[in-house]
Amino acid sequence: MFLEINPLVLPDIGLVFWNTVAFIGLLFVLGKFAWKPMLKAISDREQGIEDSLAKADKMKADLTAMQNENEILLAKAREERATLIKEAKEASEKMIAEAKDKAKSEYERIVADAQVAINQQKNAALTEVKNQVGNLVVEVAEKVLSRELANKADQETYIKQLSEGVKLN
Amino acid sequence: MVFSFVSIFLLNTITLFANEKAAAANEEGSFNVTQTILEHIKDDHSWHLWGHTSIALPVIFYTPAGLEVFSSAKLIDEHHEPVVYKGKFDYKLVEGKAKIVNAAGEVDEAASKKLWDFSITKNVASLFISVIILLLVVLTAAGAYKKTGISSAPKGVQSILEPIVIFVRDEIALPNIGAKRFAKHMPFLLTIFFIILTNNFLGLIPIFPGGANVSGNIAFTMTLAVCVFIVVNLSSNKNYWQHIFWMPGMHWSMKLFLAPIEFIGVFTKPISLMIRLFANITAGHILVLSLVCLVFIFKTVYAAAVAVPFVIFIFMIELLVAFLQAYIFTMLTAMYIGMASEEAHHDQAHH
Repeated sequence: MFLEINPLVLPDIGLVFWNTVAFIGLLFVLGKFAWKPMLKAISDREQGIEDSLAKADKMKADLTAMQNENEILLAKAREERATLIKEAKEASEKMIAEAKDKAKSEYERIVADAQVAINQQKNAALTEVKNQVGNLVVEVAEKVLSRELANKADQETYIKQLSEGVKLN
Repeated sequence: MVFSFVSIFLLNTITLFANEKAAAANEEGSFNVTQTILEHIKDDHSWHLWGHTSIALPVIFYTPAGLEVFSSAKLIDEHHEPVVYKGKFDYKLVEGKAKIVNAAGEVDEAASKKLWDFSITKNVASLFISVIILLLVVLTAAGAYKKTGISSAPKGVQSILEPIVIFVRDEIALPNIGAKRFAKHMPFLLTIFFIILTNNFLGLIPIFPGGANVSGNIAFTMTLAVCVFIVVNLSSNKNYWQHIFWMPGMHWSMKLFLAPIEFIGVFTKPISLMIRLFANITAGHILVLSLVCLVFIFKTVYAAAVAVPFVIFIFMIELLVAFLQAYIFTMLTAMYIGMASEEAHHDQAHH
């Protein structure tokens, strides 16, 4: 038979036996103490790396979202500030204008009041001057009439005397 | 650097060889290349180191009279010629095989058939060495994960093994078996890959503890192939056997025609694994030995000028083959497991 002719292709029972023992022993020992823990460690590490990468990506996305949000907020705040400033300016301008108007009208009112008062007093003073002048004239006339005018010289001296006695206030 | 080392080393081996064989040639008159090569490829009861130095290995016989254990040194004389050892029977090595001989020194075929040789031969010893190396290396690497934890990068042995383990997982197991079942078969595939790889490499080392031709021995490849056969059939499902015996989507006559072919395929697959590894590794060894034998054929050491560069070249190829054959064996094993455990799918496009 061919198998017996060529010793190369004739398996020895001894080697088959020891090989089976060695292989099964190796499979058992390595499988239990090496391959399984190794594969687990490798896949755990890969899982860890994957998770970390996913986390990093998520954080990056979060950061970008936050930045966008910040920018939006900032823009909004800027806008708000501008409007606030504008409003404040407007309010202050309005207030100033109002105050000016009020002051002007008050001033005008005071001036008008003062004028009215001045006129009244002037009129009163004039009336009083008129009355006093009248009274004086009446008094002088009375004194002139009540005195018997003897001579012309005496008359004139007297008038002079009288007129000096009149003090026009 | 490596090249010069290898060439110096080879020259040394060849010179040793030359002295030894020159003496033999003088005695016998001619140099038998085939016999020399076969002696180096075949298994042996003792481990020849150099010249007249060899390591005696335990011989274990199971005979009708019971177990018999003795040293292999008792089966050969000082010139490495087989001699009769008288134990429970009279044993003698005939062309490397242990036989029972009668008182006249002639082989007793009937009695020899009842002799079971479980000796720790050169190949068995080499296999054990490879197992010890594997245990040391792989357990060290596995222990590193416990020590350094999973968060740190692999270091030392761990960083050599890890890429190979990931390669076996991602390139061999995952695509062929599928994500659902590959994890269960990973220890088997890894063990097969590493035992073949280690023995291929050990076989390439010309001196002890290498030099034995374990992965180029039919018994070794047969054992692995049988293991693959068992694992493949244990992981087979209904769908697989249906595709073998009653191929869906075919005319009934084709089904009848295909069934025996597919059934033979169940056996030829592991047999092809067995023969491929055996033939590749043995061929590599024969090639290297033939080139070295040029020195003895031409009976001049100057033939080494041609032989050594070629031998180095073949060694480089053999390094590739060592890895390649381990890969192919594991790859096909994964494929067969994948085919046997494939779930039924309803599209018939692939038929």
